[in-house]
Amino acid sequence: MNTVCVVGASLAGLLTARALRGQGYTGRLVLVGEEPHRPYDRPPLSKDFLKGAIGEADLALEGDGEELDAEWRLGVAATALDPVARRVILSDGTSVKADGIVIATGASARELPGARSLAGVHTLRTLDDARALRGDLERAGRVVVIGGGFIGAEVAATARDLGLEVTLVESGSAPLAGVLGAAMAETIATLHERRGVRLVRGAYVTELTGDGRVDGVRLADGTHLPADVVVVGIGATPNIAWLEGSGLELGDGVVCDEGGGTSVPGIVAVGDCAAWFDPAQGGHRRIEHWTGARQRAAVVAATLLSGGTARPEPARPAYFWSDQFDIKIQFIGHARDADSVTVEEGDPADHSFLAVYRQGERPVAVLGVNQVRLFTRWRRHLETAPVQAG
Amino acid sequence: MIPACPLASLPRGEALRVEADPPIAVFHTEDGEIFAIDDTCTHQDASLADGWLEGCEIECPLHASRFDLRTGQVDAPPAKRPVRTHQVVVEDDVIYVVPSDEEPNLPPGVTLKGQA
Repeated sequence: MNTVCVVGASLAGLLTARALRGQGYTGRLVLVGEEPHRPYDRPPLSKDFLKGAIGEADLALEGDGEELDAEWRLGVAATALDPVARRVILSDGTSVKADGIVIATGASARELPGARSLAGVHTLRTLDDARALRGDLERAGRVVVIGGGFIGAEVAATARDLGLEVTLVESGSAPLAGVLGAAMAETIATLHERRGVRLVRGAYVTELTGDGRVDGVRLADGTHLPADVVVVGIGATPNIAWLEGSGLELGDGVVCDEGGGTSVPGIVAVGDCAAWFDPAQGGHRRIEHWTGARQRAAVVAATLLSGGTARPEPARPAYFWSDQFDIKIQFIGHARDADSVTVEEGDPADHSFLAVYRQGERPVAVLGVNQVRLFTRWRRHLETAPVQAG
Repeated sequence: MIPACPLASLPRGEALRVEADPPIAVFHTEDGEIFAIDDTCTHQDASLADGWLEGCEIECPLHASRFDLRTGQVDAPPAKRPVRTHQVVVEDDVIYVVPSDEEPNLPPGVTLKGQA
């Protein structure tokens, strides 16, 4: 293999490039990134960076003096893929011909229809998004956050820490209910309410109001929530539009086998844009967690370099974290597999507890809230357990 | 030299946090070796003594960067900088740590108590 083109220069792309070098690949390595920035860490964008506790230099993913011996093509997007010629077409009119292609184009924040035309309406995915939101929050008094997923809950907490009046509008029963399950998500709801976030549950947004600049959010029941800034956190969609017509099998992401191989030999996909086959649960699914990209980078590099003959280790259960206020939330596994959940340590009322989700007798997921040491022991237990669903 | 604990009170596979400034983590590996490094992850304020010890590596309990206990080097982001390693002395069945005189690589927002 003489040339590998990694399309996407964020966490998954960088770590795959690094893994390729680490696994002995010495040929030409081209990294294409749509954003003009060197690879940076996204999780702090809704937390410490938005709060102003850390700066842009702290976000860098590359180590001091790290040398990948790669050609960086930053600020250009991939617009098309010719899988037969193995050519990636770029937005500046050039193209890169490669023997191996790594698709790591990530995902984009989903937007509310028509929201773009109003100033003061934000999504949060990129460094530029975070800069813009940070600037707007400095001048704002009232913030409405739409969506109680990770981004929504974290932005609500950060904005509250900044002293703003915050309303969190959630279509479900509580923030993070989708991943934690309704019972445990209630503890997150309590946390937010105690810290002064106004929660509006089971609500649907019908309209963003304002003339030129947003001044509020209208709900389906007619309620109008006044706002100086609106943050829309309603999920992300994989960046795969550029692959349409390429012949690559696409679904909710680039459809991959359990090692990241796509339907075309020599082309692999990893990170938020990729839907790997999950042998434990059956079916293809995207893992939109930081640790998912990290774990799979080495696997996908081996898949590419071996021509698909490498046998990947079984994927570990998904682990993710979230920092809200001064609370560290850690979770591993899949709550939906559980038929029971019990608090085994601490007390949710103190925002310090550990809960175990079980299917019958078998632990399938664990939630830690300000229980870092104990959570690590449980994570170890779940990750090293023999074959288990999730 | 800082006394950490009696050797007998730190079984293999376990870790101990020593309240120095900055705090130091002492590890007893499954192979019976004892190592000491700075306890605070260089990425964010997390206690490495709470982490996952595997061989001669400790994985940060929050974001899973792994530090080599022998060298302090880190394997992958989000941490980028190594932790300091400290010399360990075992005398009369007591573990002591000789703190490094290098500058610590503390994460943003964490300072030495002496400078706080």
